[in-house]
Amino acid sequence: MRKLEIRGSLKDLLAGAIFIAFGLFFAIGALQYNIGTPLRMGPGYMPLVLGGMMIALGAAIVVNGFLTGEPEPVGGIAVRPIVFIVTAFIFFGLTIRGLGVVPSLFVTTLIAALARERTSPQGALVIAIGLTLVSVVVFIELLHLRLQLWGPWLPF
Amino acid sequence: MEALDNLSLGIETALRLENVLWCFVGVALGTAVGVLPGIGPTATIALLLPITFHFEPVTALIMLAGIYYGAQYGGSTTAILINLPGESSSAVTAIDGHEMARDGRAGHALAAAAIGSFVAGSVATLVVFLVAQPLARIALTFGSPEVFALVVLGLIASIALARGSTLKALAMIFLGLLLGTIGQDQFTGTPRFTFGIRELFGGIDFVSVAVGLFGVAEILKNLEEERTRELVTRTVGRLLPGRDELRRIVGPVARGTVLGTALGILPGAGHVLASFGAYSVEKRVSPRKREFGHGVIEGVAAPESANNAAAQTSFIPLLTLGLPAHPVMALMFGAFVIHGIQPGPNVIRAEPELFWGLIVSMWVGNLLLLVLNLPLIGLWVRLLTIPYRILFPTIIAFAAIGTFSIGLNPWDVFAIAFLGVLGYFLIKFGCEPAPLLLGFVLGPLLEEHLRRSLIISRGNPSIFIERPVAAALLLLAVVALVLAVLPFIRRRREEIFLDEDEA
Repeated sequence: MRKLEIRGSLKDLLAGAIFIAFGLFFAIGALQYNIGTPLRMGPGYMPLVLGGMMIALGAAIVVNGFLTGEPEPVGGIAVRPIVFIVTAFIFFGLTIRGLGVVPSLFVTTLIAALARERTSPQGALVIAIGLTLVSVVVFIELLHLRLQLWGPWLPF
Repeated sequence: MEALDNLSLGIETALRLENVLWCFVGVALGTAVGVLPGIGPTATIALLLPITFHFEPVTALIMLAGIYYGAQYGGSTTAILINLPGESSSAVTAIDGHEMARDGRAGHALAAAAIGSFVAGSVATLVVFLVAQPLARIALTFGSPEVFALVVLGLIASIALARGSTLKALAMIFLGLLLGTIGQDQFTGTPRFTFGIRELFGGIDFVSVAVGLFGVAEILKNLEEERTRELVTRTVGRLLPGRDELRRIVGPVARGTVLGTALGILPGAGHVLASFGAYSVEKRVSPRKREFGHGVIEGVAAPESANNAAAQTSFIPLLTLGLPAHPVMALMFGAFVIHGIQPGPNVIRAEPELFWGLIVSMWVGNLLLLVLNLPLIGLWVRLLTIPYRILFPTIIAFAAIGTFSIGLNPWDVFAIAFLGVLGYFLIKFGCEPAPLLLGFVLGPLLEEHLRRSLIISRGNPSIFIERPVAAALLLLAVVALVLAVLPFIRRRREEIFLDEDEA
């Protein structure tokens, strides 16, 4: 785990930056849609207004952080868990239709279990097998969700 | 004898076999996640929402509601036994409850919590029953400008009571509103912010948002700083308190119930506020002031009664006005919508069976909890032995399958990952996730009624001032916002919270 020591009011600065970024994204994005008038608002009206207010709020948080923020360490960032868990979800989303529940979920839970540094590969394997079995029983046998166990990408 | 008719309809519905059964499953699951640290009722309800799709709407809602108030019970168990509140509202219970446990009186503390919760839950359910219809009648007269004003007030009020930075909470609401605009525009059908991806035309599913923010972000946070959980399984001791102790908790339970019932209706962290408030009230009125903090039974009975009463009455704004007061209610809001019912004042008239059935089921659920909790306490404690290395991949597996099964849409799964990471960083930078979810769920409603109001008024915004109810609601929202931002009040509020923390 990488240590990222952030001092001062950087918590506020970073939070503000995220809000400003989203505000910009939505406000600028809204310009490609019809804005309309207050009477006949187009699809772009609300995102533009809300995005603009979001930018203002983000800026206010940044300023407030500089004025009143107290030094507070942000702490480490969970790089490994983020990478593994995001990968797990993306893998699941990409393969669930093609591979089916059993192989797709097995690999997904294997990747997810490894997000924890102290879990050994053998341990993760056991967790993945167990969870795949439990999920098949719960979701397919008990709850009858209409999901294929083995998908069309497989040769059998 | 309208009330009696409603009651009998409610009893009939709530006591149907499948409803009792799923109510039982709900409260049992709720207790379990209340006990387990690292997963709360919000994430659980979001995870289980997809599987209630094929249920009857009333059955689905009964089960989901059970998870919520069941978690309030479960949270107190760990607070008492191992000084680890499973839920934020049980934090004060830990103070005296855990002292009692160290004293060998864990059984008494658990019993006081359970009995207090049951009494409070029953009374609060009765209040919901009595208040719902008159309130809904008022709400039925609302037009678009009033609904818009109500939603604004609800959103503002939900952050005015929360602790932490008001600015950040406000920004989180806006982020929620903005994320809610993704997908096809309700009026023109134009796809917004979809990058031409067809799967995004329906917008981001609120289940993905809730699972990401409250499930995955929490996992990332826990994995960042993994604590080894100390497991102290003590002997629980004799359960039933003696007559003397029973007499001692009558007052605290009554006061806690009243306070919780009242505060639960407020949007935001009503149940947390209720348990903190009830504890400090007891500390003030008790003849045993000095013993507080050293294991007095009053210090357990009062906050537990308060938070359970608040859990029940927080359904009132949702059921009568269609306004979710906190994240769990936002999910219940979504559950209604999934089943094709617009939550709000119409539900009583259009779906009387569902409405009264759900309310009566809360009482059934409280009874089940009483039966379920005390004798099975050993079983719940053993849940704590489930290691986190197994728990978190389980959450991820259920999140992935459950969310995918809603619409067979892989983008719903990608959205979980996106919101999980976004939520992790925002929480790290001091932003609470709850306002984002509320904003997201209420966003479409807000936009719809704003646009409709302005069409009615031919684009003149003064419609919000000329209509007295809308103007009053908006004025209240402004007052709430000003109060929350004012430095003087803020400091005072922090002091109250600080005071309780040190208590």
